[in-house]
Amino acid sequence: MATVAADNTAVRVSGTDPMRPEIYTVRRVHRESHDTFTLTLVRRDGGGGMRFAPGQFNMLYVFGVGEVPVSISGDPADGQVLVHTIRDVGAVTAALHRLKRGGTVGVRGPYGSSWPVRDGAGQDLMIVAGGIGLAPLRPAIYHVLSHREEYGHVVILYGARTPEDLLFVHDLEEWRARFDVHAYVTVDRALGTWRGHVGVVTNLIPRTPFEPGNTTALICGPEVMMRFTALELERRGVPLNRIMVSMERNMKCAVGFCGHCQYGPDFICRDGPVFPYGRIRMILMQREI
Amino acid sequence: METLESILASHPFFHGLEKRYLELVTGCAANVRFRAGEFLFRDGEEAHQFFILREGRVALEIFAPGHGAVTVDTYGEGEILGWSWLVPPYHWHYDAQATEPVRAIALDGRCLRGKCEEDHELGYELLKRFAHIIEQRLSATRLQLLDVYGDRRR
Ligand SMILES: Cc1cc2nc3c(=O)[nH]c(=O)nc-3n(C[C@H](O)[C@H](O)[C@H](O)COP(=O)(O)OP(=O)(O)OC[C@H]3O[C@@H](n4cnc5c(N)ncnc54)[C@H](O)[C@@H]3O)c2cc1C
Ligand code: FES
Repeated sequence: MATVAADNTAVRVSGTDPMRPEIYTVRRVHRESHDTFTLTLVRRDGGGGMRFAPGQFNMLYVFGVGEVPVSISGDPADGQVLVHTIRDVGAVTAALHRLKRGGTVGVRGPYGSSWPVRDGAGQDLMIVAGGIGLAPLRPAIYHVLSHREEYGHVVILYGARTPEDLLFVHDLEEWRARFDVHAYVTVDRALGTWRGHVGVVTNLIPRTPFEPGNTTALICGPEVMMRFTALELERRGVPLNRIMVSMERNMKCAVGFCGHCQYGPDFICRDGPVFPYGRIRMILMQREI
Repeated sequence: METLESILASHPFFHGLEKRYLELVTGCAANVRFRAGEFLFRDGEEAHQFFILREGRVALEIFAPGHGAVTVDTYGEGEILGWSWLVPPYHWHYDAQATEPVRAIALDGRCLRGKCEEDHELGYELLKRFAHIIEQRLSATRLQLLDVYGDRRR
């Protein structure tokens, strides 16, 4: 079946071919910060949102501009809508930023590995996010909080550049208000009016309760931040194969064909983006991979 | 009952310190409280104390003309605040403001400096422990400087 997109590009819509996008319509655009926004999408054919596991990503296609990988940031239990949170950094993300309600996006996915939220049941959970890295972690947090009784301590640490750069402010307030979650937010610097934590996110780790030997850690953010966080958790005795990190590389096919996203022996689109730190530790420490 | 000595003994900063030294250090310690908004110290003032925070939060601020007060770090329960008492000319370089009601143990730097001069073994022990804190703060500051969350293009 062929459909015609907004710019008259013919787009083949099919659920079976992994290279063919399905057409989604923008239901809502929510501004998170000066350069970051959340798109709520619904399928144009009226079908539900998308089944996905926390941590997976989609290829989002802006017709006539290009395609980029973006993690799903919505609630995996919500089958009605598909949610993505995007930072405007270049050509495609800027085109996504320009979309208004009713605009059209091609979506293929979901792709990639996911956060092992089910394997973490029965343990303490340490979730550490930096900047836009909170977006791929949010579905995991939704899952964990709706199955709260299955976990020991749940710690959420989030670091951003300044208070103005914080994403999901309403969620953060909700998580911080809960008595069964230790949620802390820190920023790198702030004007005197900010009354929260200031300093790097790794500073918060010693202030939280968790039993290192019985902890699963989920980390997502800039590579430097993930490296320092993983090192700190390793130093405290969290097993390397239970420290999970989500990697980013530029992608083309997203299905393991083109080799664009190669990372050492792995392809991030197929073997990642979520990896056990123990598996990629040596590569993460190398330059320019 | 919790005595100053037992509180200090159970703090990780003093782990492994000989009892006689712990007694000497306790002799320089006092309980202090600050209201939210109150300053623990101010830039330029003489640094004659350091603090072991027991409750509340303190913001370390730099006052920059045109920017106002910029917070560069915060400290909370269990953390050590201040090492300028250790390094001549013993002046604070930042403002430290309580952002919440703070309970802390203040250690008198002049008293400690005197005891360290008398007994260099104690001095070396304290210096090693502060060197560790200073190293951690330096690493954290470098990470902050990298501005890792920023836009890659700008
Ligand atoms: C698995 C995965 C999940 C992702 N999830 C999200 C998400 O949830 N939200 C989000 O905002 N972004 C996410 N990204 C990043 C997003 O794909 C890129 O920002 C996007 O591809 C940039 O495309 P562009 O055409 O707008 O910018 P371009 O014009 O291609 O690039 C703009 C600048 O960003 C740099 N850049 C682009 N992509 C990357 C990258 N992947 N790694 C490092 N530098 C890069 C370029 O070198 C350039 O400096 C994800 C990436 C991957 C691989
Ligand atoms: S993007 Fe083609 S192999 Fe991963």
